[in-house]
Amino acid sequence: MIRFENAVFEYIRRDDEGNVEGITRALDDVSVHIKRGEFVAVLGANGSGKSTFAKHINGLLVPEEGKVFVGGLDTSDDNNLLKIRQMAGMVFQNPDNQIIAQTVEEDVAFGPENMGVPTDEMQQRVDEALEKVGLIAEKDNSPNRLSGGQKQRVAIAGVLAMKPECIIFDESTAMLDPAGRKEVIATAHELNKNNNITVILITHYMNEAMGADRILVMDHGKIVMDGTPRQIFSKPEEIRKYKLEVPEITELAYRLHKAGAPMPAFVLDEDEFMEAIRSAKAAGALS
Amino acid sequence: MLRDITIGQYYPSGSIIHRLDPRVKFAGTFVYIVSLFVFKTFWGFLPAAVWLITLVIMARIPVKYLLKGLRPMLFLLLFMAAMNLLMTPGEVIGQWWIIKVTKEGIRSAAFMSLRLALLIMGSSLMTYTTTPTALTAAMEHIFRPLKIIRVPVHELAMMMSIALRFIPILLEETDRIMKAQQARGADFESGGLIKRAKAMLPILVPLFVSAFRRAGDLAQAMEARCYHGGKGRTKLHPLKYKLRDIIAYIIMIGYLVGCIFIP
Repeated sequence: MIRFENAVFEYIRRDDEGNVEGITRALDDVSVHIKRGEFVAVLGANGSGKSTFAKHINGLLVPEEGKVFVGGLDTSDDNNLLKIRQMAGMVFQNPDNQIIAQTVEEDVAFGPENMGVPTDEMQQRVDEALEKVGLIAEKDNSPNRLSGGQKQRVAIAGVLAMKPECIIFDESTAMLDPAGRKEVIATAHELNKNNNITVILITHYMNEAMGADRILVMDHGKIVMDGTPRQIFSKPEEIRKYKLEVPEITELAYRLHKAGAPMPAFVLDEDEFMEAIRSAKAAGALS
Repeated sequence: MLRDITIGQYYPSGSIIHRLDPRVKFAGTFVYIVSLFVFKTFWGFLPAAVWLITLVIMARIPVKYLLKGLRPMLFLLLFMAAMNLLMTPGEVIGQWWIIKVTKEGIRSAAFMSLRLALLIMGSSLMTYTTTPTALTAAMEHIFRPLKIIRVPVHELAMMMSIALRFIPILLEETDRIMKAQQARGADFESGGLIKRAKAMLPILVPLFVSAFRRAGDLAQAMEARCYHGGKGRTKLHPLKYKLRDIIAYIIMIGYLVGCIFIP
């Protein structure tokens, strides 16, 4: 579905006179293949290049060296851009700055309108998309009255109405409260499961990445780790090197294990933690 | 609060006037304004007044609301009346120091203020019965021929609707910046006009910075959703004339012809 081949992208910082002050390689020879229907979380500290990575997937940025293919189409060819953007929709960070129209319904229709979808089909697409994110009741309301999580769901519906194959969440939960974060992540999982939509979730919350099929860790423009959550989080030392933390529950088990408690060195989530405690108790190691 | 403010002065009552196509209301307002300038006698006001009253009743707009629309124009109205009253030469009926009031002056002051008042009330009727979104759509449609002389009609309409969406957001942001600065001891309430204006400057700078950042984000979000200008674009709710709109056009023409020929 998505293929990066030795992609390189640089930001050039200039001082007031326009002289080059420094060059930041936001993508440094990145090669990766993401399959259809995968749920991929991309983790990385600030400035690791994860947002730049996301913007390459729908052609907002084009690599300076190397190639990016989406659904077999080259993003550096301008003729492919509209098709690529229809296939790979994007949900951004700030909920207010990506809603264009003055009613929920009209905003969801913005993408299909740009694609030139006929009017009779449009209403159907909009209703379906709003149904999927559970906001059909807000159809005629102003987006300004919605909560942050609801606004992000409107943005998701706006992408869905374009019938995409892939949705990229570019730190879409960073400005939300915990309830809103849950709403958005749950919606992403649902779409991935029920509609076989490829999800790329850019985030710096470890807990959100735990439910993914695959995690990519980025550091200084390179993909430094690539594996299942279990593979990634079982290496807390390495993770910490990239200025990231493993989920709290994993960290707790790891520290208990190191302190000599009868715990495994790695648990993925609360269920596994409880399971470990139960089996330790059954073995008589805990009283 | 700030989030709930309505832009413009839309008064939702769901009447038949509200449901008319916005282009019809646009044209109707234009016809009405023209009709106010085709006569020279006081009798000419009769059809215009009847027309306005009928529409107000049909639109179910409270009279209080309609008069409120006049308030911001009150100064202009009084100023024009005074100028007409004092500057019109003719038969003097009262004189006090250098101020002369003529018979013609009284007549033209009354005539002009009546005309202006009707004009303001008539055009605010349009904004009371049409949402800003519908007005923008109508404008995009009506001015479409201007594309030939390279007026970016679609882009202007898009700008207008984005501006309408961001006004409440930026107002809220202004409020937040003001509160943040008040918390650090800024004073917006005391002092003269100049001092207060100076105090506003530190609000404008962060507000502009944030507005530009929002504009950048929004442009990117629009691009990501395949926006590429007005070409090949379809609409969720395209403007379509219904029978009632055609009837309204016929009535309008009848009214204009009547206004021109009856007096």
